[in-house]
Amino acid sequence: MLLTITTTHQPATDLGYLLHKNPARLQTLEITAGQAHIFYPEATPERCTAALLLDIDPVALVRSHRGPAGEGFALEQYVNDRPYVASSFLSSALSKAFNTAMNGTCKDRPELPDTLLPLEATVAVMPAAGVEQLQRLFLPLGYEVSTEAHLLDPTRPEWGDSRYYTLQLRHPAIRLRDLLSHLYVLIPVLDRGDKHYWINQEEAEKLLRRGMDWLPQHPEREFITRRYLRFAEFVNPTLEWLLEVDENATDDGFGKEAYPEAAAAEAGTATELLGQAGAVGEKQSLHDLRLDRVAEEIRRRGAKRVLDLGCGEGKLVRRLLNIPHVEHILALDVSWRELERAQQRLHVAEMPPRQRERLTLTQGSLLYHDPRLADYDAAAVVEVIEHLDESRLAAFEQVVFARARPGAVLVTTPNADYNQRYETLSAGEFRHSDHRFEWTRDQFTAWAASVAARHDYAVRVEPLGPEAAEVGAPSQLAVFER
Amino acid sequence: MPLTALKLPELSLVLLIGTSGAGKSTFARRLFKATEIVSSDQCRALVADDENDQSATPEAFALLHYLIGLRLKRGLLTVVDATNVQAEARKTLVQLARDYHVLPTAIILDVPDRIAEDRNRARAERQHMGRHVVPQQRQQLRRSLKTLKQEGFRHIYHLHGPEEIDAVQAIVRDPLYSNRKQDTGPFDIIGDVHGCYHELVQLLTGLGYGIEEMPLQDARDLGVRVTAPAGRRALFLGDLVDRGPASPQVLRLVMHMVQSGLALCVPGNHDIKLLRYLNGKNVNEQHGFAETVAQLATESDTFKSQVRQFLDGLVSHYVLDGGKLVVAHAGMREEMQGRGSGAVRAFALFGETTGEIDEFGLPVRYNWASEYRGRAMVVYGHTPVPNAEWLNNTIDIDTGCVFGGQLTALRYPERELVAVPAAQVYCEPVRPLDYLRRASEVNSQQAEATQLSAQQQHDDLLDIRDVTGKQIIKTRLLPSVTIREENATAALEVMSRFALNPKWLLYLPPTMSPSETSALPDLLEHPAEAFDYFRRQGQERVVCEEKHMGSRVVVVLAKDEDAARRRFGVVGEGPGKCYTRTGRNFFTDTGLEAAFLARLQDALTTAGFWEKFQTDWLCLDAELLPWSAKAQELIKNQYAAVAAAATAALPEAAAVLTQAATRGLDGIEALLARTTARQTAAQHYAEAYRRYCWPVESLADLRLAPFHLLATEGRTYFDKDHAWHMETLRAICLADESLLRATPYRVVHLQDVADVEAATQWWTDLTAAGGEGMVVKPYDFIPGGRQNLVQPALKCRGREYLRIIYGPDYLLPGNLERLRERNVKSKRNLALREFALGVEGVERFVAGTPLREVHQCVFGVLALESEAIDPRL
Repeated sequence: MLLTITTTHQPATDLGYLLHKNPARLQTLEITAGQAHIFYPEATPERCTAALLLDIDPVALVRSHRGPAGEGFALEQYVNDRPYVASSFLSSALSKAFNTAMNGTCKDRPELPDTLLPLEATVAVMPAAGVEQLQRLFLPLGYEVSTEAHLLDPTRPEWGDSRYYTLQLRHPAIRLRDLLSHLYVLIPVLDRGDKHYWINQEEAEKLLRRGMDWLPQHPEREFITRRYLRFAEFVNPTLEWLLEVDENATDDGFGKEAYPEAAAAEAGTATELLGQAGAVGEKQSLHDLRLDRVAEEIRRRGAKRVLDLGCGEGKLVRRLLNIPHVEHILALDVSWRELERAQQRLHVAEMPPRQRERLTLTQGSLLYHDPRLADYDAAAVVEVIEHLDESRLAAFEQVVFARARPGAVLVTTPNADYNQRYETLSAGEFRHSDHRFEWTRDQFTAWAASVAARHDYAVRVEPLGPEAAEVGAPSQLAVFER
Repeated sequence: MPLTALKLPELSLVLLIGTSGAGKSTFARRLFKATEIVSSDQCRALVADDENDQSATPEAFALLHYLIGLRLKRGLLTVVDATNVQAEARKTLVQLARDYHVLPTAIILDVPDRIAEDRNRARAERQHMGRHVVPQQRQQLRRSLKTLKQEGFRHIYHLHGPEEIDAVQAIVRDPLYSNRKQDTGPFDIIGDVHGCYHELVQLLTGLGYGIEEMPLQDARDLGVRVTAPAGRRALFLGDLVDRGPASPQVLRLVMHMVQSGLALCVPGNHDIKLLRYLNGKNVNEQHGFAETVAQLATESDTFKSQVRQFLDGLVSHYVLDGGKLVVAHAGMREEMQGRGSGAVRAFALFGETTGEIDEFGLPVRYNWASEYRGRAMVVYGHTPVPNAEWLNNTIDIDTGCVFGGQLTALRYPERELVAVPAAQVYCEPVRPLDYLRRASEVNSQQAEATQLSAQQQHDDLLDIRDVTGKQIIKTRLLPSVTIREENATAALEVMSRFALNPKWLLYLPPTMSPSETSALPDLLEHPAEAFDYFRRQGQERVVCEEKHMGSRVVVVLAKDEDAARRRFGVVGEGPGKCYTRTGRNFFTDTGLEAAFLARLQDALTTAGFWEKFQTDWLCLDAELLPWSAKAQELIKNQYAAVAAAATAALPEAAAVLTQAATRGLDGIEALLARTTARQTAAQHYAEAYRRYCWPVESLADLRLAPFHLLATEGRTYFDKDHAWHMETLRAICLADESLLRATPYRVVHLQDVADVEAATQWWTDLTAAGGEGMVVKPYDFIPGGRQNLVQPALKCRGREYLRIIYGPDYLLPGNLERLRERNVKSKRNLALREFALGVEGVERFVAGTPLREVHQCVFGVLALESEAIDPRL
């Protein structure tokens, strides 16, 4: 991974003073996961270039990895792009190597830090979702942006371009410290890498502070801050507050990190390059709508004991806790990680004892008989069935309708008829990469009717969300009653 | 003469009853194991630090009862050292005994007040005891004497004064009548006969018994002579009489066989009704009893009295063969087996009902067997069923002979059913024999479900309690494999989100350890270490198999969908499945899946496999090629991406360094050299992953390389050596060489230097050509004669291949040295545990155990896979 900064300011060698690094020497610093080398490939009065070359040590990168077995890629921490791409490692190297410059101090030439310079920066290579994403981040800051794309595998041209770009930024007149802080903040925003390589809380907060001068004016500020939240979750929940972001607007209930593209598709705005951010408002409103509708149904029925099957991070639970007549909620999810998030999000540990007693948050599966599910008045199964293989629905049906037999069962699932309204979805494609099927209104109604008949329930199916001609609403709800 | 020994049932709740100072604790210590005694004083001390703190009495007794409950649950004789003089106090204890089906015993230590008071005065901590205490307790004790029997005590010993108490020198523990664990059979277990003498004789004759009717010699003679096949005995499940045409003859035959040691018999409800009648009680003549009375009318009084004695002596149920077999007329729940109480006897005779009455006016039977989890096989009758079917290791063999069905015997331990049809309908059943089935038809999801066996229907839904939490699984190869709770948590998620219907999952492949790290330059792995390992394990020969780089799959395939339904209990999911190491369907395209399975079926048919192995299904362990078939996204997102990033970034760095080098900066040359080396490494890395990728557009692009034949109907192949597996599978591969790939292999004699050298050269050539490497296995699948389990296989991967495991730069100076520090120990440990579970799962499946027992093993492998172990190994 390489960053070069070039200036044609006269004399160009002032760059050495500004960076507080001698152009005549190769300097090497130890950083978190390897070494950073600083040297000047050229240093003439006309043109001076400083290079920051990161040599990430792949062996040292390896830390103990814990996580569920499964289809995940266990070797990710050994075989990865870290040594070659601009990542949060580059940000920490920047702050270590050029701290003085970033703070805008220059002992020998105190006027230099505030001087507007013609600057050029090259990053090899930068991960990004596309050229347009790079442009949307850097153009508003006044840069001329040029990029070079790279094929994923030259022997497999059909695989297309990789997500790596050689990025070149040019600015006719900018303070060096601003260039550095732009890179410092925006590089981790673009990096797909995740918590494995993340840093501590202090550093995360520092990163945000670097952006405080210019971020509020940046048109993509929402996207940028949200990208930080994915770190914040692992670092410090109070960062949410610090960023004053509406908590409800963070993400969807079903592991959005693994499937961001689909969540975006559901809102129909993935055509926008910064789709995830742009989509959030609309997407949330659909998910919120679903949850509100289900909560309302539970309120209307006066249910006292409620099951939330597939509770995710607990958004429905939060609504259910606000219904006074709900005495007990058993919230179940198969994912341990989701449950931990729910624990945090709902602040379970700090709940007063009475509230605490109303909620049981526990791991469970809807494909195994579970005696804990018996004797409930209502069960909510929100956006869950489409995550089960169709052949496993028989087991789900046995668990919920034959054995647990709650007084009412509320099942929501996407309406496949509506998918044609999503421009980004090609025919037959699902909204979410983990969806095993998406049913049309007829399919869902037929399934619901046969389940109801087999298990002595009455059922009605209704649209969920704003209806459109021909295709109906984006989501659908079946209300089973005993 | 005072008693010197007290006889008690071996499993009993013994209440010592006596005033304070009567000597209960001394008596208990003298005659029972210290651990068998639970004392109220001690419990008081535990909850109050003072054994005389009366304020702690409620808590002390709560603890006392808790301890007693745990001991009784675990089947341990327990002595209660408390005064026990009050009826209320005893009532709780008797109830506890009943709850756990244990017989309560009372031993009264009756000493004069004066002696008791003297003893109390001698004990410092009892100084403060009021003068009224002992007389009051004594009064309560006296009142108790009259009511003990009523309260439910079966054995009551009243010891008067210190002399009688001291005279007792021993406690004799009588085994319960039901305990016949030392009796190992073999048995022919026979269901409800109901007076069907003709069919009984036919059945016994068919089983090899000789029956000869002889004229009566004297009044006590029963008039039959029976010989049994070598070593075997009959075991009657009761209901010998009523409804049928010849109850007295049946009684005569069975009584003779029992008396001459050729049979055991447990009573049925009809037999007990007859006993009550013979004892002069008023008995309802319904349900075929009238026939029996009429048939007995012509019998002699001597015979009737013999019958009365015989029936009176029958024991409710038997636990046999080391606890592996339990027989009772109407079945026996696990917690009642080998216990004695009224409830146990009632259960043995009548089973369990739901309390509801069905449309025929008969009580609705509660199917206790559907919840049965016990290790013992339970064989029972009582409820007539159309076919004897296994469910959770229990079987009802009352096939309704008297109603025109069959008289069925179960041969034990063979588990073989033998039946003779009824000669006629002797009695019309009130409800049809198949009413349960008809009822389930109404509820069944699909009409096809009725074609599933009772066990298969039951197995449609597994219970979460069987897999979550800490699990300890007993296996044949390792005495126990422990699954930690957090690992089960991870497995539950994977199993629920991704796995196939668990009915297909009889096996998940174990992880495989690499050989120890090689010290040779530029290599992490080399065959020498694998050979050394097996030599150290005392193996003379190994089998080296070429390791394919694809996706590990398990193929479970039946000859047709009908066979899949019969053997796997799966309907509408095709004839088989090909699934990954995590139990996930390999195929997402159902058309491709169907075509693949059909081709494989054809190959098996062409190879004559079905006939040769007398089976209509099989389970294979295999590799499916290419790697890119399943891993395409992974290759693009991870492997190709890394190469793309490297080949885009490194030349830029090299260019800038070259430019800097012209400025003559110190240290740049070294940095440039290193960057150039990384560029070359990235190139080799890209070549390494490309080798295992080719586009998959149709079935023609897939290759299956099977390497283990795990199971077919009725047998596994863990007893066959790997050369056999290789040759057997090669024969199948030859039947369709464009789909199937026979694995190249060689047998290597480890003491033969030339052989070892040749094998090493083979590996070197394979890996130089870009092959993944080879797998070295002991010659036998499970090498015998060793104390420890030997690794079932070690992998030995080539230098080029390892680039995609350890990353592009792994061979660079400074990296390989650090990577050599890897440790294979925990990986090997894990491999053995997973191997033991894998084998166990297949063996359980082949033995026909309930699905949950197979699933436990499969789930266990998946859970162990979440252990934090270096995934590069």
